Amino acid sequence: MTPAAPPAAPDTGRRRTGRGRPLWLLAALGALLALAFASVAVGSREVPWSALAAAFGGPVDGFDQAAVAKRVPRTLLAVLAGAALGLSGAVMQGVTRNPLADPGILGVNTGASLAVVTGIAFFGLTSATGFVWAAITGAGATALFVYAVGSLGRGGATPLKLALAGAATSAALASFISAVVLPRNDIAGGVRSWQVGGVGGGTFESVSQVLPFLLAGTVICLLSARGLDLLALGDELAAGLGARVAAARAAASLGAVVLCGAATAVTGPIAFVGLVVPHAFRLLAGGGHRWLLPLSALGGAALLTAADVAGRIAARPGEVDVGIVTALIGAPFFIHIVRRRKVRAL
Amino acid sequence: MTTDHSLLAEGLTLGYKDRTVIDSLDLAVPPGRITAIVGANACGKSTLLRSMSRLLAPRGGRVLLDGEQVHRIPPKRLARTLGLLPQSPVAPEGITVGDLVGRGRHPHHGVLSRWRREDDEAVAAALDATRTADLADRPVDELSGGQRQRVWIAMVLAQRTDLLLLDEPTTFLDVSHQIEVLDLLTDLNRSLGTTIVLVLHDLNLAARYADHLIALASGGLHAAGPPDQVLTPAMVQAVFGLRSEVITDPTSGRPLMLPLGRHHAPAPAD
Amino acid sequence: MSTSTVEAVIRGRRHRARRRRTVIAVLTALIALAFAAALMAGRTFYPPGDVLGVVLGQDVPGASFTVGRLRLPRAVLAVAVGACFGLGGVTFQTMLRNPLASPDIIGISSGAGAAATFAIVALSLGGAAVSAFAITAGLAVAVLIYLLSFKDGIAGTRLILVGIGVAAMLDSVTAHLLDRAAEWDLQEAMRWLTGSLNGAAWGDVLPVLAALLVAAPVLLHRSGELSLLRLGDDTASALGVRVDRTRFAAIVAAVGLIAFATAAAGPVAFVAFLSGPIAARIVGRDGSLFVPAALVGALLVLAADLCAQFLFEARYPVGVVTGVLGAPYLVYLIVRTNRAGGSL
Repeated sequence: MTPAAPPAAPDTGRRRTGRGRPLWLLAALGALLALAFASVAVGSREVPWSALAAAFGGPVDGFDQAAVAKRVPRTLLAVLAGAALGLSGAVMQGVTRNPLADPGILGVNTGASLAVVTGIAFFGLTSATGFVWAAITGAGATALFVYAVGSLGRGGATPLKLALAGAATSAALASFISAVVLPRNDIAGGVRSWQVGGVGGGTFESVSQVLPFLLAGTVICLLSARGLDLLALGDELAAGLGARVAAARAAASLGAVVLCGAATAVTGPIAFVGLVVPHAFRLLAGGGHRWLLPLSALGGAALLTAADVAGRIAARPGEVDVGIVTALIGAPFFIHIVRRRKVRAL
Repeated sequence: MTTDHSLLAEGLTLGYKDRTVIDSLDLAVPPGRITAIVGANACGKSTLLRSMSRLLAPRGGRVLLDGEQVHRIPPKRLARTLGLLPQSPVAPEGITVGDLVGRGRHPHHGVLSRWRREDDEAVAAALDATRTADLADRPVDELSGGQRQRVWIAMVLAQRTDLLLLDEPTTFLDVSHQIEVLDLLTDLNRSLGTTIVLVLHDLNLAARYADHLIALASGGLHAAGPPDQVLTPAMVQAVFGLRSEVITDPTSGRPLMLPLGRHHAPAPAD
Repeated sequence: MSTSTVEAVIRGRRHRARRRRTVIAVLTALIALAFAAALMAGRTFYPPGDVLGVVLGQDVPGASFTVGRLRLPRAVLAVAVGACFGLGGVTFQTMLRNPLASPDIIGISSGAGAAATFAIVALSLGGAAVSAFAITAGLAVAVLIYLLSFKDGIAGTRLILVGIGVAAMLDSVTAHLLDRAAEWDLQEAMRWLTGSLNGAAWGDVLPVLAALLVAAPVLLHRSGELSLLRLGDDTASALGVRVDRTRFAAIVAAVGLIAFATAAAGPVAFVAFLSGPIAARIVGRDGSLFVPAALVGALLVLAADLCAQFLFEARYPVGVVTGVLGAPYLVYLIVRTNRAGGSL
């Protein structure tokens, strides 16, 4: 309440990063290509350079070449799934206005898992397309549920309430998964290996079955960019500026859920990609969703590919599943965010 | 209850991690009177109150209650003499009015002591004084804002302390409830001689109800004294950065501050 | 001050006390019943006379082994573990002023789980060694979460969120270990992780009882002050509570209880989380919830174990039953708390 507050500093920061954003896009693309190459060249099995030809249509007659040939669809899956998760996370953070929103934290992954496990156990699901539909249904239902529960009461969907609703729902659904899986020795093994979160099983066939869903989800999400910018101002302000709040939110959420469900259906639940990547780019490049969404997609692809490569190198000749690597990177990052922000702002 | 206690601050410096909020403040609270602390947002009013009741340790200087350093007094003993109602107290879900007010008796219970007749009487007296006796069995979270504030005051009253500190007890209440709370505190002061210190936002209510007015600005004491000495246009300008005129309120004989924004001119002198 | 008000106050207080006493008595009776049922029921049914004989130390042919060596330690463990989880859970919920702040969710169980899985799968340990790992890890994780969320003091919100993050990380470590495990180790690890009383022996029971005997008095002694913490740190301080000291002692005691119970039976899902809210609903929210929560926890585990053994065709570990039954109640509780504008 002191008189004459000093005049606001001119907003050079924004203009500066504005010029930088296309550079970030190129940088992310470059990083992704390099990582993709690395993913094919490097793995849990050391191969000589000559074997790399197998990746590009060369002869596949030795173990080395076979190993390399297997890496191509795996890399492709990592790139696609990473992009899907990064994009989905960015959209979810925008829709819920919540810095901690991530499909994993909100329990959406567990919901998708439960749906797939139930499908395998009781409905004899085996096809990848079947998994995808089940995962999407599970993801959607859980997302709706967690959001509904988290927004009851004072303050709407505050980060704490949402995170708690997500954690509690996740715990609850995990119990159900146990109850389904424990007595069924026949499916236990398969379910478990899917649950850890890996791209190792990637084949061209599984990728192609999931591709239409990924494309559809991506299109919907990218089209929601403008709506997300408006939603970020708060429901009332957004409506005052002419946005159709409920429709925009529903459309964006649909895109995010489809992406998350599709990715999870093939790789199993992978957490934290959707959390880390959008935050990093918001810090580095700023800007509205029109830039943030593509950057998050590229960044997510790069991160997941890097995590996969790291997982394959770190534990030669075995490998550490990519879901664990992302969790080991992501959780400290999550905690760092929580510490940085003032508790009231959360 | 009518014992006079001296409560004063000497060279008090308070702050949080990287900021100093109060710097070398000297302050004396007149015993048996109502004191109001006013000042701009974030000038340290709440910080000062919290440090006077031992919630915040000083960086420098000290707070003395009857000559003893407040931060050296064991908390329960202090709580028998000095009560504090903080800003935005939290009511746990489902707790009833009677039970909440009863919590105020905690400082009088040792490790093994049981509930005595005296405790029941203190609770009943507090309920009667705040006129919340008929709400005794209702859950606190079902009450309206005004009722809830009265219940919190009842809890602090049940503590039966000689000094009572209240941090913004009227801030979220509508005007009739504000007056009700302030009248209640005045009754307490007149009948039992309780020393009352309260932080208030409303300058005019502060001037009307307080015997002693303290204005804080820039981490220090700007003025302290009876309201008609302290509440002047010069003080309002210095502390709040606001042009104003001060007249005498015909209903209470106390000063009344009339704020002058850009669209108002001072009354023509006659 | 009118006499009628005084009388109303006294009446209210006596009524609340009476309700509390009744509930505690009923809970104790139910526990006794369930305990007796646990001793009598099974593939061979033993009549009360035989069971009583075994408990009194006599040698009853047939019953002495089954009841004395198998069922009795299992039932005692159920009660002890349930009481530990109940007490530990309600302490956390009281201190963090949040019904969802349960050790299950904020990472302590995840830490114990990861350590136990590591011990079983990677080190091929068993029995007491696994428990030791679990206890140490549980305590270490608690300290880690505390340190990570300490920034100018402890804010409940931050603690909970940090706990969730740490839990996610540890859960993924556990999952990875499970994935690499050999068949045999895997079975055992999964059984441990679900929370099970199978194969309970006196060796498992005694450490838990010891923990109860040490930690419970600490908590009950401070139960008045801990209840005051629910009014907010400032108000509690103003009423004479040494907030930091009380909270620290309570955390240490609660974590100890949880760690020892988890080491003995694995993380039995939701018991720590549910005991407090259930106790609050039946006793009312006025007095201290510690004894009722301990009793509710014991009853939950006993009853769930009975169900898990006899209610279905397959024999499930107790954690599955508490998980499946606890989940809907958990959800109901969140909905109710949120809707009432409660402290979430």
